[in-house]
Amino acid sequence: MSEDISAELVLPRERCGELLELVVKKGYRLIGPKLEQGAIVFGPLRGVDDLPEGWTDEQSPGRYRAVRRSDASLFGYAAGPRSLRRFFQLPDVELVVLRRGQDGPRLDYGSGDTRPIALIGARGCDLRALAIQDQVLARGAYPDPRYVARRANTLVIAVQCTEPSGSCFCTSMGAGPRAELGFDLALTEVVDAERHHFVVEVGSERGRELVAELALALAAPRLSSEARERVAGAAARMGRRFEEAAVHDALLANLEHPEWDRLGERCLSCTNCTLVCPTCFCTTSEDRIDLTGDVVERHVRHDSCFSEEFSHLHGGSARASIRSRYRQWLTHKFATWYDQFGSSGCVGCGRCITSCPVGIDVTQEISVIGGEPCKLNP
Amino acid sequence: MLEFERDPWRVESLRVTRVTRETEDTFTIELDAKPRAGFVFQPGQFNMLYAFGVGESAISIAGSADEPERLVHTVRAVGAVTNALAKAKQGERIGVRGPFGHGFPIAEARGKDLLLIAGGIGLAPLRPVILYAIQHRPEFRSVTLIYGARSPKDLLYPRELLSWASRLRLETTVDRAEDDWFGHTGVVTKFIEGALQNPESTVAMMCGPEVMMRFAARELTTLGVPEKSIFVSTERNMKCGVGLCGHCQLGPFLLCRDGPTFSYDRIGPLLSIREL
Ligand SMILES: Cc1cc2nc3c(=O)[nH]c(=O)nc-3n(C[C@H](O)[C@H](O)[C@H](O)COP(=O)(O)OP(=O)(O)OC[C@H]3O[C@@H](n4cnc5c(N)ncnc54)[C@H](O)[C@@H]3O)c2cc1C
Ligand code: SF4
Ligand code: FES
Repeated sequence: MSEDISAELVLPRERCGELLELVVKKGYRLIGPKLEQGAIVFGPLRGVDDLPEGWTDEQSPGRYRAVRRSDASLFGYAAGPRSLRRFFQLPDVELVVLRRGQDGPRLDYGSGDTRPIALIGARGCDLRALAIQDQVLARGAYPDPRYVARRANTLVIAVQCTEPSGSCFCTSMGAGPRAELGFDLALTEVVDAERHHFVVEVGSERGRELVAELALALAAPRLSSEARERVAGAAARMGRRFEEAAVHDALLANLEHPEWDRLGERCLSCTNCTLVCPTCFCTTSEDRIDLTGDVVERHVRHDSCFSEEFSHLHGGSARASIRSRYRQWLTHKFATWYDQFGSSGCVGCGRCITSCPVGIDVTQEISVIGGEPCKLNP
Repeated sequence: MLEFERDPWRVESLRVTRVTRETEDTFTIELDAKPRAGFVFQPGQFNMLYAFGVGESAISIAGSADEPERLVHTVRAVGAVTNALAKAKQGERIGVRGPFGHGFPIAEARGKDLLLIAGGIGLAPLRPVILYAIQHRPEFRSVTLIYGARSPKDLLYPRELLSWASRLRLETTVDRAEDDWFGHTGVVTKFIEGALQNPESTVAMMCGPEVMMRFAARELTTLGVPEKSIFVSTERNMKCGVGLCGHCQLGPFLLCRDGPTFSYDRIGPLLSIREL
């Protein structure tokens, strides 16, 4: 964190391309936001021209639309439907290939592409989500070596968020809109009719090297404080807020609340919320056999607690009803995640709210089930 | 790459040395774990057994912890993986990952009455505890096993049961008796009161259907056994066995990582919540 604004630098819009080229030259793969099939999503970038210049989004429960902005902002939108999860915990990983051998099958383990990733335009919520997944997948007694390898040396060029959507609540989760930790550089975009600049905070030695190579000028104190104000303004515009510290106990004390029954009727168990969630980590493993039967590929792929098979056990599913599966999802994110991993499992990005086809809003549900201690906008 | 040397997904391919049919649908499979320099484990721990090309299942280790190079599992064929394992023949290979999870805390029972309660296939995870208790009998004040099965022909390890009967106190009961049955009939809970001598210094370890464990735990606590001296082995769907896949959650716990054995004061309240 660089509270010391006198150390902040300024990157003019025209030099953004240079920054990304420098990062590529250092051997990183660029992952950043781009417009794809009508949504602003994270994906591989070729360079600065792939960024969704002049686009923003409109989000509300069950609704997402990418729309034109009146300015040429590069980062003027909130969290899109694709989180960063898939770049570190791949949606489908080949664990091992088995080939018929003389004495049992021969097992060949692959290791996949592990060139380091540079994240461009990751937000506070995105970075918190990565920290949460690190805790689960890299800091337990059995780290997942594939995840660890892909996460190694990730370079982070974060963007301080100035544009919350109608679904965001990162302030409640303490995850944004400002990224305080976990970046090499953090940019705050300042754009209007006359100017287009990025105020640059340096968060690491690697970040320092990058700005030194670009020989960026110091940011004028006025520009720095204007950048801060824009981020503070985003926090103030956040549509919903609740007392996060109360949620764990309030939810777990209400596991038989009648609202779960209503949720069981509304929720379609479509798995959308778990697909877009940046902290969801559940996977399943499966064997795929080729037609000859001589080669088997064993895969691990993303899975969802909303599927009935997820908790399948001889004798049937442990969570046969949608009510119980919804309860598992909500209580896991907001309560039992603390018990399991020492933090909340939610970062307040609002993706699940926007992507739910029936418009279930987790913050609303927490306030109904948790009651008074969890009421919205106290 | 260094990280991959400790890959929890890495499978050990071990040779089947013996397959014994226990009942209609249950069999015991013995693997040669010498290549792995033995397979040191705690009674109550489990392995992920891999039927190549089919998939993996969590299966408790059922052999003696004093002879870890003979890796024993007793498996009930109920689905794709377990049916494939049932077809394994001597000399063939099975994939193994493990041992995972926390075993039963046998040390807690030293100097006390050790009461073991098993239902059906639940005898398998307790077998290493039984073998330990027999081999180290003087460590315990008394050792009792209450074992319930559906019918006499569903009893696991029938010949071993006879030999255990002379080394520990054994109550065997079935739901449905047949003509030549000399044991008890009825649920295991009926025999708890008679087996308890010093409830407050008894350590109970249980494995079986969840309803059985709930009723047995209620009976034990009613009779004065502290909840924290009752240990149960729990079961949920498991894909990874090591805390990475999320499948085995039960409220605040990942059963593979935090269990599968728990003291009842920690797990009991969760077992009574439907569909948790
Ligand atoms: C810690 C632990 C220890 C265990 N120890 C043992 C042990 O020592 N011995 C033992 O025998 N078992 C043990 N188990 C249980 C064992 O893991 C399960 O029985 C095993 O996973 C079954 O796998 P399977 O693939 O053979 O059956 P599954 O495929 O899981 O099928 C079981 C049953 O469900 C049905 N089914 C399968 N898929 C579906 C679906 N998608 N929807 C609806 N129904 C379906 C099948 O037809 C079958 O009737 C243990 C479990 C745990 C968690
Ligand atoms: S809560 Fe909404 S998005 Fe999630 S599974 Fe249910 S219907 Fe789908
Ligand atoms: S079995 Fe995967 S987390 Fe427990």
